[in-house]
Amino acid sequence: MKDLTFETLIAVFEQIFGRGLFWAMVVAAVLVTVAFLYALIRDKGVISRYFLRAEIMAPVGAVAAILFVQFMTSSGFRDIGGPIDVIVLILIGLAGAGAAVFLAYTVQALLSKNEA
Amino acid sequence: MTLDRRQFLALAGAGAAVAGTAQTAKAQPVKTTAKIVILGAGAGGAALANRLAERLDGAQITLIDGRKEHWYQPGFTLIGAGLKPASYSVSGTGEWLPSGTRWVQDYAAEIDPESKKITTRGGEVVEYDYLIVATGLTLDWGAIEGFSLDMVGQDGIGALYAGPDYAARTWAAMDRFTDEGGDGLFLRPATEMKCAGAPLKYTFITDDRARRKDTRGKVNMTYAAPQTNLFGVPIVHEKVRMLFGDRGINTHYGHTLTAIDPGKKRATFATAGGATELPYDFLHVIPPQRAPEVIRNSPLPWADKWTDQGWIEVDKHTLRHARYPEVFGVGDICGVPKGKTAASVKWQVPVVEDHLVAQIAGKEGTEMYNGYTSCPLITRIGRAMLVEFDYNNNLTPSFPGIIAPLEELWISWLMKEIALKATYQAMLRGKA
Repeated sequence: MKDLTFETLIAVFEQIFGRGLFWAMVVAAVLVTVAFLYALIRDKGVISRYFLRAEIMAPVGAVAAILFVQFMTSSGFRDIGGPIDVIVLILIGLAGAGAAVFLAYTVQALLSKNEA
Repeated sequence: MTLDRRQFLALAGAGAAVAGTAQTAKAQPVKTTAKIVILGAGAGGAALANRLAERLDGAQITLIDGRKEHWYQPGFTLIGAGLKPASYSVSGTGEWLPSGTRWVQDYAAEIDPESKKITTRGGEVVEYDYLIVATGLTLDWGAIEGFSLDMVGQDGIGALYAGPDYAARTWAAMDRFTDEGGDGLFLRPATEMKCAGAPLKYTFITDDRARRKDTRGKVNMTYAAPQTNLFGVPIVHEKVRMLFGDRGINTHYGHTLTAIDPGKKRATFATAGGATELPYDFLHVIPPQRAPEVIRNSPLPWADKWTDQGWIEVDKHTLRHARYPEVFGVGDICGVPKGKTAASVKWQVPVVEDHLVAQIAGKEGTEMYNGYTSCPLITRIGRAMLVEFDYNNNLTPSFPGIIAPLEELWISWLMKEIALKATYQAMLRGKA
């Protein structure tokens, strides 16, 4: 890789997903983050029973993210060839798990009228 | 602190606005009235046009290329593997060219570097102060006796180098072959070629397709190379030799394809001991590769090297022409020991940009091209080796200690499958 700047990275992601979908995803991620922060400030902290329930979504998110990447790239578990591949697989799983928990928590917090 | 929803959104919006105004500092464009002609609007030509349009203020940049379609050539193997449709590699040349440049939609018929003029086939004369030769190369299909492109896709003949549609037809032929079984014959030409890894990749992919269909037992695989190795970089050759052994792929060295007999399904090779024939049920043809005729007929090629191929005489580090200092080369057309890949173009473009802009500003350029080439060598669908090397046959891994260059990895496949086309297109826009 040469000249791997932030601008290049944005250009690469725009090409992978298409400009429209990429920025729609960025906007969606920002909106969910903003909603999460809003709920956090409104509720003066994390509500543990929402968080506990949201954690159930973690394995679902992890598996979904891994299967999504494998489907998009015509590959599977049999193609894991070295330690870096296992690390990448774990990272994709963690990203999926984190995103699922985050989303599940935010949805619950926004839907509830309950303020602690 | 209490904050209602509206106040919070206002605060978040203000934060985003501040973040958006942050900009990276850019070098001042160089003012000039120079006339720059770029011969060829493919990967090298388009990338350089975008870069020069950013760096120069007032330059007249003209691209000369008669081809309306832009082909993402690294995608041809994926099309030939049956993973992508032909349209995966096709876009329009005009989509990649910056505004403010002129595109002459015609091919060059004559190059006169003494009087600094290009004449197109249509008779238009374009004068230049600086010339960038980025024509790419031509595939000499006529050099294979008995072969013609209309055979591709039928009777077990494949030729994915010929273009996206031919790559799709090659997949149709390979798909049938891996259903039915027989002799699979793979090869490379004796000349310099673009992406010397591609013939190997297609051999591995065919082997993998047969294994997935459970027909590998009735498929016989043979790879014939004119050289004494499978890959020009010795350490990569050794690795591929071991993988071929592991996959049960036979090899013949010193074999150059000269003719085919499609009726009898036999291919003729020139060898040190005379002509020899090999049978095939599937044959992947890659012809000799040369500079386009307009280049071979100009004074630009080397006089004493590659005389049958006609690559232009440029310095291998600066890519400036040895006899015409206002002429540069980029991409496949350069007469340098390595680097007929899109990855090389990516490394060459900033070098040419640096030397050309410096020359216009009355300075000396400092960037040097070290022969960098990269090849995500697919060893089966789902795995590849990220092979990167330079003029000295040294491996130059981008991620040392993280992505091993000679290991078959999923991450290297991921790069080829999703990141490569995106990086390539970012390069065309001058962004990478």
